[in-house]
Amino acid sequence: MAAEFVIEGLKATIEGKEILKGINLSMKGGEIHAIMGPNGTGKSTLASALMGHPKYEVTEGTATLEGEDLLEMAVDERARAGLFLAMQYPSEISGVTNSDFLRSAINARREEGNEISLIRFIRQMEAKMKELDMNPEFLHRYLNEGFSGGEKKRNEILQMMMLDPKIVVLDEIDSGLDIDALKIVAEGVNSMRSEERGFLVITHYQRLLNYIKPDFVHVMMQGRIVKSGGPELAQRLEAEGYEWIKEELGIEDETVGQEA
Amino acid sequence: MTTQTILPVDAKALSELSQSNGEPNWLQASRLSALELAAELGLPKLEKTKIDPWNVDNYGTYKSSQVLTDLSAVPASIAELVKDQEQGNLIIQRNSGAVYTHLSPELAAQGVIFTDLQTAAREHGELVQRYLHQAVKPEEHSIAALHAALWNGGVFLYVPKNVVIETPLQAVLLTDDAEAAFVPHILIVADTNSSVTYVDNYVSDKAEAGLHNGAVEVFVGAGAHVRYATVHQLGADTADITYRRAIVDNDGTIEWIVGEMNYGHTASDTKSILKGNGSSSDAKVIAVGSGSQKLNYTTQAQHFGKNTPSDMITRAVMREEANSIINGITKIEKGATRADGQQTEKVLMLSPKARGDANPILLIDEDDVTAGHAASVGQVNPEQVYYLMSRGISRRDAEALIIYGFLAPVVSQIPLEGLRTQLQSLVERKLGQ
Repeated sequence: MAAEFVIEGLKATIEGKEILKGINLSMKGGEIHAIMGPNGTGKSTLASALMGHPKYEVTEGTATLEGEDLLEMAVDERARAGLFLAMQYPSEISGVTNSDFLRSAINARREEGNEISLIRFIRQMEAKMKELDMNPEFLHRYLNEGFSGGEKKRNEILQMMMLDPKIVVLDEIDSGLDIDALKIVAEGVNSMRSEERGFLVITHYQRLLNYIKPDFVHVMMQGRIVKSGGPELAQRLEAEGYEWIKEELGIEDETVGQEA
Repeated sequence: MTTQTILPVDAKALSELSQSNGEPNWLQASRLSALELAAELGLPKLEKTKIDPWNVDNYGTYKSSQVLTDLSAVPASIAELVKDQEQGNLIIQRNSGAVYTHLSPELAAQGVIFTDLQTAAREHGELVQRYLHQAVKPEEHSIAALHAALWNGGVFLYVPKNVVIETPLQAVLLTDDAEAAFVPHILIVADTNSSVTYVDNYVSDKAEAGLHNGAVEVFVGAGAHVRYATVHQLGADTADITYRRAIVDNDGTIEWIVGEMNYGHTASDTKSILKGNGSSSDAKVIAVGSGSQKLNYTTQAQHFGKNTPSDMITRAVMREEANSIINGITKIEKGATRADGQQTEKVLMLSPKARGDANPILLIDEDDVTAGHAASVGQVNPEQVYYLMSRGISRRDAEALIIYGFLAPVVSQIPLEGLRTQLQSLVERKLGQ
């Protein structure tokens, strides 16, 4: 069954300050939605709030995946329910190898006694790493430790490919990538496109959307989605910037949390 | 200064014991003068740790132990440690004395001596006398003095010039009789250009309060290489005070690997004295504290020789109400040009009541040197837990990954696979996994 992911009236605060002021978004398996918008409009907060980052508090709303409210779940349960967030700033964890980490993540989805065999896991991981043009030594490197910005992003995509999620949120996956790396990452994402899987691509550059073609484009300002459209919306934003939307909607300052 | 060291034995009883054990006169005299010193000296002053309440007078008395004819008869508490070691080079001390010693004929033929120290004092008196108490001196404090007066059992390992031993030699030291004194002394002498690895385990199996007052002395000859690995897994009943010292000659190397896995109060001090030019030292300490343990771990490197590198790493995980003081002291003496002293102490605390205190100290009396230190005390980082959980890993498993990850960079550098595995399982046990 194709995944159905519905966000309704989502509000979230950080340190008591409201950043998300009522997000509504509905997507289905097979669809790619892009969330665009200038810096400081709440895009990354949306990603973090969906995943359950401890700094953000959800004050209202729901985010249901196949009828189950993710926001009621602990972070690990959200992940096992099928949500994946490719993070903008993944943590570095010394002493935990990439392979030990990913194997734990895969086994967390399997019954005890039915863990993935080491050989099969290594084969799978090596194959995916090859697709992403990653050096096999990254298997044994400590998780993200000493990785360049681009290597971290590829490692996020590698995890996505290994964990086979239903809803993928890509948070600024294009930041810090040169054009070649961007293409590789985009190919990785495209290879995962299927009727069963939905993507929410957060970016403030149109550039990424040349490689990952969205079906829907949403613009965020002041902690809300202020405009939605098809791929042509992204094209116009690329050509004309965000000013015309601000004028159309009478917005002076698009960022959130500026009010006294 | 007035002190009130309570002597666990009087001079008369001590000399009678020495005589009945057939010890040479010099050893009897050495014990008696150490006993006199003990009466005058106070307890060692440890950074932010008072050891007075730690069973420090609770030595028990010397009791001779029943010798084991073969390994199938070892007590269950150490059976796992000596499994399949029938052919291995192994010494077992139980309470006050050695109960088993085995050295392969091949090594014996090369002139290697590996026996308990009491036997060595009788059979290789001159050699033992030359080194005994030269690194850990009875004059230092009452603990060292009482150790020198009372030591029993122990290990003597002598590796002759140019002899290279590949397989580790092992010792197991067990205290399972609360009335018996447990004061083992380890003495290792590696002659010029020799090489050896020695691994020991300290185990207790009793419920009554007691004390392990231990001393380790390692003499690394010119160009020699000694790797000394030790795992302490004494129970909550046994306070552990251990001094380890190595004196390293020109181009010699001492490597310390210390697993502090006790359940009781522990003070340990591991020091390398880099006497010779080009000598070097590497110390790795892994520790897990739990319950209401009071722990004081010190590593030291003292540089006298030129071109002497030293590195010391301590990583400690503290859970429940464990309280640890972790000291690193790098001392570079005048004239030790091009010495390089590095140290790192890191503590990870798993509960709000656990405490860790890392004190890196550099004392440098020479200009032409390099030295560095790093210390950190912290808790499990919630961002890291979030990241791991965001991939579906439960909080418990995420925290376990982070804790093992904290120790892994040191554990993975341990060159002995068996020891690595053993430490991993002891860490798991102490973390209640």
